[in-house]
Amino acid sequence: MSRLEETQLPGVGVRYDFHTGQGQRVGVVHHLTGRKEVFFCGPEDPDGATAAINLSDDDSRALVDALGGSQVVSNLTHLKQQIEGLAIDWLEIPNSSPFAGHPLGDAHIRTRTGVSVVAVVRDETPFPAPGPDFQLEAGDTMVVVGTSEGITETAEIMRSG
Amino acid sequence: MHGSALFFLELGGVILLLGLLGRLSARFGLSPIPLYLLGGLAFGHGGLIPVVTSETFIETGATLGVVLLLLMLGLEYTGAELVASLRTTTRAGIVDLVANFVPGFLLGLAFGLGFLPSLFLGGVTYISSSGVVAKLLEDLGWTGNRETPAVLSLLVFEDLAMAVILPILGALALGGTLLGTVASVLAALAAVGLILLGATRQSARFSRWVFSASDEFNLLTLLGVTLVVAGFAEQLSVSAGVGAFLVGIGVSGEAAHRAKRFLEPLRDLFAAMFFVFFGLTTDPAVLIGAALPIAVLAVVTGLSKYYTGKWAAKRVGIGERGQARAGSALIARGEFSIIIAGLGASAAGDDRLPAVAAGYVIVMATAGPIAARFAGRQKSKTPISPIPERAPVG
Repeated sequence: MSRLEETQLPGVGVRYDFHTGQGQRVGVVHHLTGRKEVFFCGPEDPDGATAAINLSDDDSRALVDALGGSQVVSNLTHLKQQIEGLAIDWLEIPNSSPFAGHPLGDAHIRTRTGVSVVAVVRDETPFPAPGPDFQLEAGDTMVVVGTSEGITETAEIMRSG
Repeated sequence: MHGSALFFLELGGVILLLGLLGRLSARFGLSPIPLYLLGGLAFGHGGLIPVVTSETFIETGATLGVVLLLLMLGLEYTGAELVASLRTTTRAGIVDLVANFVPGFLLGLAFGLGFLPSLFLGGVTYISSSGVVAKLLEDLGWTGNRETPAVLSLLVFEDLAMAVILPILGALALGGTLLGTVASVLAALAAVGLILLGATRQSARFSRWVFSASDEFNLLTLLGVTLVVAGFAEQLSVSAGVGAFLVGIGVSGEAAHRAKRFLEPLRDLFAAMFFVFFGLTTDPAVLIGAALPIAVLAVVTGLSKYYTGKWAAKRVGIGERGQARAGSALIARGEFSIIIAGLGASAAGDDRLPAVAAGYVIVMATAGPIAARFAGRQKSKTPISPIPERAPVG
């Protein structure tokens, strides 16, 4: 794995950066305000950022997902020890749920809440890592991982769409 | 006209003008400070439209402005960050202090300002504007740059140095016997050290104590504590602003984050009043008469600051372009130079010091960002891709 360097920026926040396999410097500035700034440097001037984009919390989650959020699941036990605020929960799909009888992908849980569905348990039988095509049924229990807010939102989505 | 009607008209007129001037400077991507000062000059003694009724209020507002500016500055930093910065930047920080304090002091003497005002002038030319520089780094997208930590730690060092220099200057200004002066300098420094120690050690407990669930009560508690500490600091001739700065350092974490949110509008209002008041009390005729010293100061300390920044960046292995960016980013002087000049004006009783400082800051707060933009433009626009294929590093 590339070596991630952490640099304190007093009054601004924290900078994390690393060199890609091709030698380009890429990094993220976590501003104290919560904004995240992703920047990269051209080979001409390795000190200065060529371009930067600002991301809100939601944007960051979307980007992480796009980069391969499923890694979160495979590293779950590892992360659980490291990251405060990461929660696991078991959500039952009520009879009235608009997604009962529909594929899991229709709920767009990860895009909307950042929460990952790790497994679905049906009648004591676990279905690990269900894909978007997985047909949900009323009474199923979803095992979900994410922030506690995200999980609350997910429960709301499963209840009323 | 009715007294309070006149008061509203005057104060409203001043604030409205500040709003319009601020917009104008934002359009050109410049700091509003020079225009605030010019606005004050226009309204002041010997200016175009002298303000009479609301001047006492603006004066009180200006005093609060200093306290709020420094409280907000303190909130930006935690004690741990200050200690870490001190460790890594002591040498660069001292070079910065010598290279930018001494020219101001010597030129002050050369212009016949007298010993004490010249010392204050050294402080004016020494300290870069954290506000203007931080805004500049953000606007130009330099936050992620590799030279930026060097720039920021120099700013931190300067801010901390100011907390030490102001009490010393204050004690010197009191005058008296040599022994008495040494005693009051030591007392002031001991007070600073004590509050700083308390602020770093008890930061978490203090932050919890100050903060309740309601923003309203937070505001009142924090402002109250700050003003009380500022009052004691002033009494010990540490200067109220330094007291407020130290309180700000003591508040950290989520508490500091929230405090910044609700203090910012207050700071903006009263800091603007502070700049206007400084302009109000400065005689434009004296400023115009001091044009030559101001120009010499601007050129000399502009260059000294540029080369300090360049050197500090080179020390940590930054390339040519990054060095130029670091040097030019630091040129801007602003709010803290004016604060130092304000203290100097009341302590040293010389009307040329504030005039020189006002003119100097008007030049530097404008020239700094322009120089930085110019240094940034030197960068050739390289396309992000294609990237030349290289063997993987590491």
